[in-house]
Amino acid sequence: MVPIGHYIFLSVALLAIGIVGVVTRRNVIIILMSIELILNAVNINLVAFSRLVGSVEGQIFAIFIITDAAAEAAVGLGIIIAFFRNRETVLADEMDILKW
Amino acid sequence: MLDQVVFYFFAALAIVSAILVVTRRNAVQSAIFLVTALLATAGIFLNLNAEFLFIVQVILYAGGIMVLFIFVIMLVNLDVALHQVQFNRQWFVALIISAVLAAQVAAAIAVSRRTLYTMPAAPAESLQPNTERVAFYLFHTYVLPFEIASILLLVAMVGAVVMAKKRV
Amino acid sequence: MPYVLPVLFALVIVALLPLVAGYIVLVERKVMADMQVRLGPMRVGPHGLLQPIADAVKLLLKEDIIPESADRLVFWGAPLISVTTAMVALAALPIGPFFQIAELNIGLLFILGVSSLGIFGIVLGGWASNSHYSLLGALRSAAQLVSYETSAGMAIVGALLLAGTLSTRGIVQAQAQTEVWFIFAAPVGFFIYLVASIAETNRAPFDMPEAESELVAGYMTEYSGFRWALYFLAEYTNMIVVASIATTLFLGGWLRPFASTSYLDFLDWLPPLLMAGVAGYCFWRAPKQPVAVQKMFMAAVGLLCIVLALVLIMPMAAPRDSFLASSKAGIHGAFWFLFKVGAYIYVFMWLRFTFPRYRFDQLMRLGWQFLVPLSIVNVMGIGVGLALHRQLNWPAAPALILGIVLTLVAGAYLLATGEKHEHPRVGEEEEEETPVNA
Repeated sequence: MVPIGHYIFLSVALLAIGIVGVVTRRNVIIILMSIELILNAVNINLVAFSRLVGSVEGQIFAIFIITDAAAEAAVGLGIIIAFFRNRETVLADEMDILKW
Repeated sequence: MLDQVVFYFFAALAIVSAILVVTRRNAVQSAIFLVTALLATAGIFLNLNAEFLFIVQVILYAGGIMVLFIFVIMLVNLDVALHQVQFNRQWFVALIISAVLAAQVAAAIAVSRRTLYTMPAAPAESLQPNTERVAFYLFHTYVLPFEIASILLLVAMVGAVVMAKKRV
Repeated sequence: MPYVLPVLFALVIVALLPLVAGYIVLVERKVMADMQVRLGPMRVGPHGLLQPIADAVKLLLKEDIIPESADRLVFWGAPLISVTTAMVALAALPIGPFFQIAELNIGLLFILGVSSLGIFGIVLGGWASNSHYSLLGALRSAAQLVSYETSAGMAIVGALLLAGTLSTRGIVQAQAQTEVWFIFAAPVGFFIYLVASIAETNRAPFDMPEAESELVAGYMTEYSGFRWALYFLAEYTNMIVVASIATTLFLGGWLRPFASTSYLDFLDWLPPLLMAGVAGYCFWRAPKQPVAVQKMFMAAVGLLCIVLALVLIMPMAAPRDSFLASSKAGIHGAFWFLFKVGAYIYVFMWLRFTFPRYRFDQLMRLGWQFLVPLSIVNVMGIGVGLALHRQLNWPAAPALILGIVLTLVAGAYLLATGEKHEHPRVGEEEEEETPVNA
């Protein structure tokens, strides 16, 4: 097996890229995608450690995270569609009213 | 040997496509590269003897969630957004934050590298048969979280329908 | 050297697939012609037997057009995604107990997962064309696939409960052990899978994404020549894949009908007799062909069938315990598997030429309001049957039949209540909602 440190490096790299995407992009859809990247980084860590200690429980948590990602994507994309219908934009900094 | 080649290949693929996800101007291209990154991660899972998680990643993430993403991207017409500024003014702060984060983790790894690089991995057989073991843990030890996850999905489904429907 | 045989199989399959797909197209045209009391293609070769090759040559020689405003890279890559995913899915199929490229312990899920990636080829191709028809076709395809994958997956779960394994080979072996094909243990599941697989392969009556009377050719509108041929190849490969999944899961895979009933062993003579019959027909028709070349070609087809009949008969005539006799399971298994796949594809064609195309909202309603609930009830019904059988020691047949009856009652209830949701007439409600894309 590749040393566990490399998996952590990969995971941190994906996490950092995801954070950059979430903080800097204006497009809400790409922000959501960056969140998926972050969740994915977590999954890599969980599965790598599950392999290291020889227990599948880490994979169980990864499955829960994927479930969570599905729920988050469904609600997030629903919000985006609703917002786009009302404001004709998907840019995060133009979502500046609390009610319409 | 083959193990390592596969890992480094997929790791490089994942990182490159992740960078492209956050830098592409066009959201569809971002989505394509996100699919690539997710599939590369799936390959890493396979390399880690997590066959079931590999296929869950492919079916659910790449085949399900990403189709949803692309569907929504095509539904919301992005031709206008394409010509606007794609990054906000915080990009410099964001780079610093993530660099600091990466440096912190790198430092942590460097400090504990003796254990991290020499820790012996458990034998691969301890994860086999993978699907049966995952099922056992999912439906015995973690059956309550499993049920809660199902309720979470129900809530998300209702929420998405309420959100996206024009008249409820 | 463990990789030699699988690589060989893979090469054979990849090389033969375009030919097979071409001949499925020919068979489809012939079946259509038969149902419409016509003759179908008759010009190229005897009975149009060389038509696929002529079509392929025509497609390859066509001018390669890329629309100017298209996203070139995606436009170029999208058909490749479709073809690759469809072909990779073939890797885990057990064509007989010996002919299989890769035996995976998650085999069935692997096929499902890889073929579910094929949607990207369609969606991205439709998007990259930068045309309204293509985009609408792609959107329809995405919505349709996501909707029907749910019910197909649940239908498969039902059969997997019966099999107790995800390995494709294990599923067939489970059917050999219980001596019942799962279509009899889970008929509702088979029905759901049949409908959902038609929708997943985008075929009539569910061919919304390429409905030619509405969308020109849907996602393929801007494609021509070789790339268009790749989409076609992917579509027909997907048909083979879903037919193979259905064969493996519900129709007993490579097993002969009544495989474990020894007094029906004479059924083993059916495959060679069938081949010999086809050969006899070819030889009978050969002299009646108008041109000398066609006579020779017809005779050659007859000879090929004779050879196949000999191959099928060899292991049965060979002495016991010889190598040839031990290859019987493999050769006859492959025959029965391909025979069942062909029968399933024939049902596809039959449905295509029988039913008119659905409207898109009808398609969605059928998927979400009927098939998905029914497939969930189906899993529960099979679960009840298996629980009665395994936990309470009921005999298998009444327990499973009880489960089937419960599912059917639920299905009847769904049908009865579904009638109330009549679709509003065109112009009453739908019109005022302007589509986001318009």
